Amino acid sequence: MHGISFDIAHMLAGFLVLLSFLMLYQVRLLPLLHVLAAHAFVLALSVAWQAYIQHAPHLYITAAIALVFKAIIVPVALRRMVFRMGIHREIETVVSIGLTMLAGMALVALSLEVMLPLTAKAEPVVREDIALALSVVLIGLLMMVTRRNAVSQVVGFMSLENGINLAATGAQGMPLVVEISVAFSVLIAFIVIGIFLFRIRERFDTVDIGVLDEFRGGQR
Amino acid sequence: MIRDLLLPDMLIEGVQMASVLLLAPLLTGLVRKVKARLQRRQGPPLMQPYRDLRRLLGKEVVLADNASWLFRVAPYMIFAVTWVAASLIPTFATGLLFSWSGDLIAITALLGSARFMQALAGMDIGTSFGGIGSSREVMIASLAEPAMLMIVLTVALVAGSTQLSTIAVFLASPEAGLRVSLALALIAFIIVALAENARIPVDNPATHLELTMVHEAMVLEYSGRHLAMIDLASFLKLLLYISLIGCLFFPFGIAQTGSGLQHHLVALALWLVKLTIGGVFLGVFEMSIAKMRVFRVPNFLGAAFMLGLLGVLLLFVSQGM
Amino acid sequence: MIEAAAYCVAALLALAALGVGVARYGPGRSTIYAASALVCVALMWIGIASLGADAARMKLPLGLPWIGVNFRLDALAAAFLALVGLGGASASVYAIGYGRHESEPGRVVPFVPAFLAGMTLVVLADDAFAFLFAWELMSLSSWALVMAHHREEGNAHAAYVYLIMAVFSGLTLLLAFGLLAGPQGSSPGGFTFAAFRASPLPPATVAIVFVLAMIGTGSKAGLVPLHVWLPLAHPAAPSHVSALMSGVMTKVAIYGFIRIVFDLLGTPSWWSAVVVLVVGGVTSVMGVLYALMEHDLKRLLAYHTVENIGIIFIGLGLAMAFWANGLAAGAALALTAALFHVFNHSVFKSLLFFGSGAVLTATGERDMEHLGGLIHRMPKTAFAFLVGCVAISALPPLNGFVSEWLTFQAIVLHPDLPQWGLKVAIPADGALLALSAALAAACFVKAFGVSFLGRPRTTQAAQAREVDAFSLASMFTLAAICLLAGVLPGAVIDALAPVTQALVGAHMPTQMDRAWLSIVPIAEARSSYDGLLIFFFIAVSAWATALAVHRFASHRLRRGPAWDCGFPDPSPATQYTAGSFAQPIRRVFGTVVFGSRETVTMPPPGDTAPARIEKHIHDPAWETFYAPVAAAVGGTADWMNVLQFLTIRRYLAFVFVALIMLLLVLALWQ
Repeated sequence: MHGISFDIAHMLAGFLVLLSFLMLYQVRLLPLLHVLAAHAFVLALSVAWQAYIQHAPHLYITAAIALVFKAIIVPVALRRMVFRMGIHREIETVVSIGLTMLAGMALVALSLEVMLPLTAKAEPVVREDIALALSVVLIGLLMMVTRRNAVSQVVGFMSLENGINLAATGAQGMPLVVEISVAFSVLIAFIVIGIFLFRIRERFDTVDIGVLDEFRGGQR
Repeated sequence: MIRDLLLPDMLIEGVQMASVLLLAPLLTGLVRKVKARLQRRQGPPLMQPYRDLRRLLGKEVVLADNASWLFRVAPYMIFAVTWVAASLIPTFATGLLFSWSGDLIAITALLGSARFMQALAGMDIGTSFGGIGSSREVMIASLAEPAMLMIVLTVALVAGSTQLSTIAVFLASPEAGLRVSLALALIAFIIVALAENARIPVDNPATHLELTMVHEAMVLEYSGRHLAMIDLASFLKLLLYISLIGCLFFPFGIAQTGSGLQHHLVALALWLVKLTIGGVFLGVFEMSIAKMRVFRVPNFLGAAFMLGLLGVLLLFVSQGM
Repeated sequence: MIEAAAYCVAALLALAALGVGVARYGPGRSTIYAASALVCVALMWIGIASLGADAARMKLPLGLPWIGVNFRLDALAAAFLALVGLGGASASVYAIGYGRHESEPGRVVPFVPAFLAGMTLVVLADDAFAFLFAWELMSLSSWALVMAHHREEGNAHAAYVYLIMAVFSGLTLLLAFGLLAGPQGSSPGGFTFAAFRASPLPPATVAIVFVLAMIGTGSKAGLVPLHVWLPLAHPAAPSHVSALMSGVMTKVAIYGFIRIVFDLLGTPSWWSAVVVLVVGGVTSVMGVLYALMEHDLKRLLAYHTVENIGIIFIGLGLAMAFWANGLAAGAALALTAALFHVFNHSVFKSLLFFGSGAVLTATGERDMEHLGGLIHRMPKTAFAFLVGCVAISALPPLNGFVSEWLTFQAIVLHPDLPQWGLKVAIPADGALLALSAALAAACFVKAFGVSFLGRPRTTQAAQAREVDAFSLASMFTLAAICLLAGVLPGAVIDALAPVTQALVGAHMPTQMDRAWLSIVPIAEARSSYDGLLIFFFIAVSAWATALAVHRFASHRLRRGPAWDCGFPDPSPATQYTAGSFAQPIRRVFGTVVFGSRETVTMPPPGDTAPARIEKHIHDPAWETFYAPVAAAVGGTADWMNVLQFLTIRRYLAFVFVALIMLLLVLALWQ
């Protein structure tokens, strides 16, 4: 497995990392959702490509799940939520885009540094894919840490999950059942978070989680 | 080092230097035309930049009372430096006669010299608008230049050389393949090119609102032949960047040293096609995006810097990307 | 050759002694400076002549009886000797003119030759005692020069900080040499450098010596966070001394680093390269950011020295990285780049300090906010200063670009160094280097644009006069060297070949026999640069274009008031100031690095009170590094204060207990 197929697999994984950075960069909510959709779409492409080069038809199902649920249903649902809550024009005040992206860079360096020596014996395409997938996961976590808006936290969580999926498909021999269960657990998590969002907003009239902390501080 | 001074080599170098100079206004005309058509305007004719230049060249210069010699020398220096940089780029043929006298880093730095002169000239009269322009220009440059150097590093690490001809030959060969870091570098390069050429979303080349101007504010005091030289230099710079994209990321069909006349003509035609595509893309892109606030630009350019750095990092840790 | 160098040092010391007597008389001062210029030219010549020669030794029966004073002139020492000579000569010539305006010549004239002698001795020293003695001579004489105008506000404080840092650096170097000597230090000749080279040390000791050497020389050179004295002390001294301190003394500190780490310690370990790379990268960016926030011309230049020291250390770190992995060619390239930058920085920083000194003479101002429009009143100084600005901003075709280009070539050279730390540190350093180069250009657009361009902001600036011929001659010589080293870099690279050969066992390919005098660090297909041709192309095309436009298009010209979008304001206060020029960059980097804040107080409409903008900048080095140290020292002193008020019996008890403890230690030791 070398040459062009190898390159395309890398390219797609690299593109996922790039889109993760774009999420860190984007402070407006609606474009952020568009990036999330694109993220899931690239993930679907990447999984489909893995299915093609590994001759593993069950991965096509994973790709389809990614495409339908993550690239279409979840973003659309989130978008409607954002509109219903009337926060589609909100601009989030993040720590500082430059600093966050710098931290993102450091995370990529870290994941490469950790993963590449660990997986030295694996096939090159697998090890580098896994290293990139870990960076996607870490950047997703970073996003959840640095954002205050609950919707962006959901986006960060979804991108994190995409990273896990990427790693899973890169490593050959992941059973389909696991994939499906992961997908459904994410869906359930999403629904729960969605319901929570509305509840939070009903209570506090905002989805800024900083306010939640203040509330807790007031109770104590 | 020195090849025999063959006539064909001289000819190619001459064609290169003349063609960049002659085509540059046309490219800008094309971008303007595309933008006008997208706005459902007729737009100025393609040849309008040439007419503008001729008119400006014929006019007398109105110079501010306290302008120094630097202000008068700067336009010629800016033009000359940009032209030299443009003539070092293998637009359609590699192995130009003097291409070894400067590599990609030198070209970047030459453009830096031009900007240095321009920013100084903006400060020379001592007006507030000149100061605004220069101050913002150096702020933009202080992020765009390192981003550019990161891109250069990425490309140089892939090709094992900073020499443009070698890079173009290597990247045109099937060995190069598709690489993540090159894709990152391309995106970063486009951002840098937009900033360096004072295009939307970083700066607006057509603005008439002083507070939003960067490049135009710096050259506000220029008139006549001086303005013509500066305009020509910025046309050249646009051509230079689009040619660089072509040479670094899409080097298909570039004529290599020693190939025949026919091949060179095909390469020349291909270069024209690349320029046209680049110009059309630029026009469409500019029409589909809004200008940023000045203090949003650092994030935009910072992103380019990060992407370049990411590309370098990927190359350093893994040869496969 | 080495004897001649020793005579030169003796001559400088004699001039210093003579200076005490004749400093009061104008002709006497000029004679002292002229003589020291001649001696420095001789030193430079000795340095250049012995670059390719074998190492020469010399032993003087002075100092400690069982060691004597050992001198050695090898390639490295020769290169730095030439540098000291060049810097000293240009500063002395400059001082002939500049010194006329000196208000307190008696405090300046004797110490300049002594300072030069100290720096020369550091370079020549071949044993630890001679080195440390020379190091302290250099520190103390320059401290005296910083104190020259001690009545001016802030200078005494600057000198105090400088003295503390100098003592600190001497102390760390003392410890480093002590560890280098090890147990055989007490044997005759145990403290000569030859003995250090001959005896290998255990890795842990090597690590400690490395760190001590880095701190000791780094605090003299101005590595962040040990740079704090530099922007205080350099501006406080008279301008020719500032040039010597910034342009030459920091380089002598780098000489000390190279001597200890490259020569005495031998092949480094890779982690030490990472340390140097990280510190160098941070230093370069921090230095230039500090400089951008500054509006005092000389302080700006001093901070810029910090930046350039960072760039030099990046080069040294790369050399160590390659050397540690046995890649001699890469090490030679990186070391050449670092040494080339040492040379370049010495030249253009001296030039720029001379220029700021000329501005100071002409206007009495160092604050850029009070300058402006000097290009009309001082065209020659302005031109020389402009050359220095272009050179330090690393722009082709001048020399600053060449050394940074070589550093980049070294970065590109080897992505497959095996260690992970290096794999991450080197590209990050490339990014920092690129950032600092771009910020340096911004900084010098500000420095030149605000001081020399625009309209004069004060009457002093409006009435400035061009300076004397000696100052101008010195500045133009240095400007010419900037251009020459930029268009003929091969000559400098070839001259440095023996140095890298001696230190890392390889040198860059010979450059000067290449056609068209281009430079090719590794192979032609990899990279090449031809400053001469680029310069020639730019000059010819600019000239030809100007000629053609004037001949065929139009050459008419009309003077009129500035356009300024139709609202020209006659008040020069509407111009951009240094502070406003740097505001965008302050907003981009300042909030993170300096915690800078701006508060705007805008009175409501109808109120005639002025609107105010206040900016606050914190120096992170002072707050995070020095303030705790100072607090700890203060606390300890308070605590120890008790000891001052004891009875005699208790003091005796202390002495007794101390004696017993010592005896116990001795007993346990055996």
